[in-house]
Amino acid sequence: MAVLIEASGLKKRFGSIAAVNGISLTVQKGEVLGFLGPNGAGKSTTMKMITGFLEPDAGTVRIAGIDMFDNPKAAKGKLGYLPEGAPSYGEMTAGDFLNFIAEIRGFEAGEAMKRVGAAVEKTEIGSVLGQRIETLSKGYKRRVAMAQAILHDPQVLVMDEPTDGLDPNQKHHVRQLISEMAANKAIIVSTHILEEVEAVCSRAIIINKGRIVADGTAEDLMRRLPSHGAVAISVPGDRVQALRSALGALPGLSRIDTVGQANGHVRVRLVPKTGALQPHDVAQLLRQHAVDVEEIYAERGNLDEVFRQITTSDEAAHA
Amino acid sequence: MPEIARNTWVIAKREFKAYFATPLAAVFLTIFVALTGAFTFRLGGFFDRGIADLNPFFQYHTWLYLFLVPAVAMRLWAEERKAGTIELLMTLPISPWEAILGKFLAAWAFLGVALLLTLPMWITVNVLGAPDNGVIFVSYIGSFLMAGAFLAIGSAVSAATRNQVIAFIVAATLCFLLVMAGLDLVLNYVRNYIPGFVTSAVASLSFLTHFDRITKGVIDLSSLVFYASLIVFALFANRVLVELKKAD
Repeated sequence: MAVLIEASGLKKRFGSIAAVNGISLTVQKGEVLGFLGPNGAGKSTTMKMITGFLEPDAGTVRIAGIDMFDNPKAAKGKLGYLPEGAPSYGEMTAGDFLNFIAEIRGFEAGEAMKRVGAAVEKTEIGSVLGQRIETLSKGYKRRVAMAQAILHDPQVLVMDEPTDGLDPNQKHHVRQLISEMAANKAIIVSTHILEEVEAVCSRAIIINKGRIVADGTAEDLMRRLPSHGAVAISVPGDRVQALRSALGALPGLSRIDTVGQANGHVRVRLVPKTGALQPHDVAQLLRQHAVDVEEIYAERGNLDEVFRQITTSDEAAHA
Repeated sequence: MPEIARNTWVIAKREFKAYFATPLAAVFLTIFVALTGAFTFRLGGFFDRGIADLNPFFQYHTWLYLFLVPAVAMRLWAEERKAGTIELLMTLPISPWEAILGKFLAAWAFLGVALLLTLPMWITVNVLGAPDNGVIFVSYIGSFLMAGAFLAIGSAVSAATRNQVIAFIVAATLCFLLVMAGLDLVLNYVRNYIPGFVTSAVASLSFLTHFDRITKGVIDLSSLVFYASLIVFALFANRVLVELKKAD
């Protein structure tokens, strides 16, 4: 697989603040890399360096093998970028704006028309081409900016919070678009909507205080959680004792935590020693002991928890 | 077309159209034409002088430019920074110079349009008498050059802020200093304290001194070099400021 984005040892200071403090990453063709991190963690700064907008204090960036700071024009030609907030020239019509982008990217008249047409079709903005961008709704503005980023069918696509502020339908559409394009590009998407990572990203990086604190698939990241592999059960309040005694014989069980109580039901979590517990085994054991349960399911944990755990424990470690 | 010319042209075209996207362009052009007219006929005493020339017209250009050119220049970079489009612009496959030149040339062309709209003045004076058209032609060139110098300063200042009002005020102040350096009022004061060559150095930094010479029909090399070097210097400052400030 071809490595299309290669950043190594990126550092950037603003005054006394080290915004990015040694970030290295590679993204291969076909990969969608999710960029996670709290606000101010250095996500945007990292993206601005990868796209050549900011020059790093140290480190290198290569786009499709071309060094961004030795040969910026060629590298930028391989790159599509959707900056944070999806800025575009508000006084232009969507059509004029895309024509301008096609022209400045070096396409001649006929080819430019084809490119603009394709981008318009992909982002479904055909109906607003004649309107000034500043009069468009947020969703359409975002799509116009997306069209700009994909117009030249770049090998590398960098998007800073592409779904921020969109309604659920629009978010879905943007994610679908990203997934469709994923196969023959290397894509970086920053977000703090974690469901998005599971929806579109093949890999995720968590950045905190200018450093990478976690790197892996969504599944890898969730494996870090104490609740990973646990089984949650909801039983009527009067059956808890029976449940506890029935499950004493379950192999691999470390302990049973009570996590909540509602409407006369008690929710417990079975925490495994290592690996994962199977809801199937648990259910079988409970049936043998004739313990009725209301609900039983495997807990996967969610990325929000991973995110909180990683970024706050990191904070504690640095404090 | 070489790449730099092509990219500069594409940027300039977009920028030039942007001026006309809002009624601001019409307002600006109207004010410019109205003010040049008012200055020429009211303050300049065009008819009372009984001389067929455009001296009263050109005489006030410096003062008009002092406020009107910073108004044209203020949006060039400040708006890009405020709207965040600078991120878009600077990640396109173009060099910073192409962006800076494109923007500068577009704004300069816009000022050229304003100047062209005063051509009826030239026609009028030809109807009324027999002016020295050579002098008028040279004065127009000089006026356009002076506008370019004001503009380059305004463009550089615009790159230093994301607030257009601040860009306007700072640019107007800088231009004001450069104009004032040529007034007798200032020069006499300077002359009292420091030797003559400093005075002439200060005077030679002034827009007024050079423009006065040009409107008398004298295009000497020093004036051309003055305006040209001022433009080049300001655009270099522009380049540095874009680089320094784009991250804020």
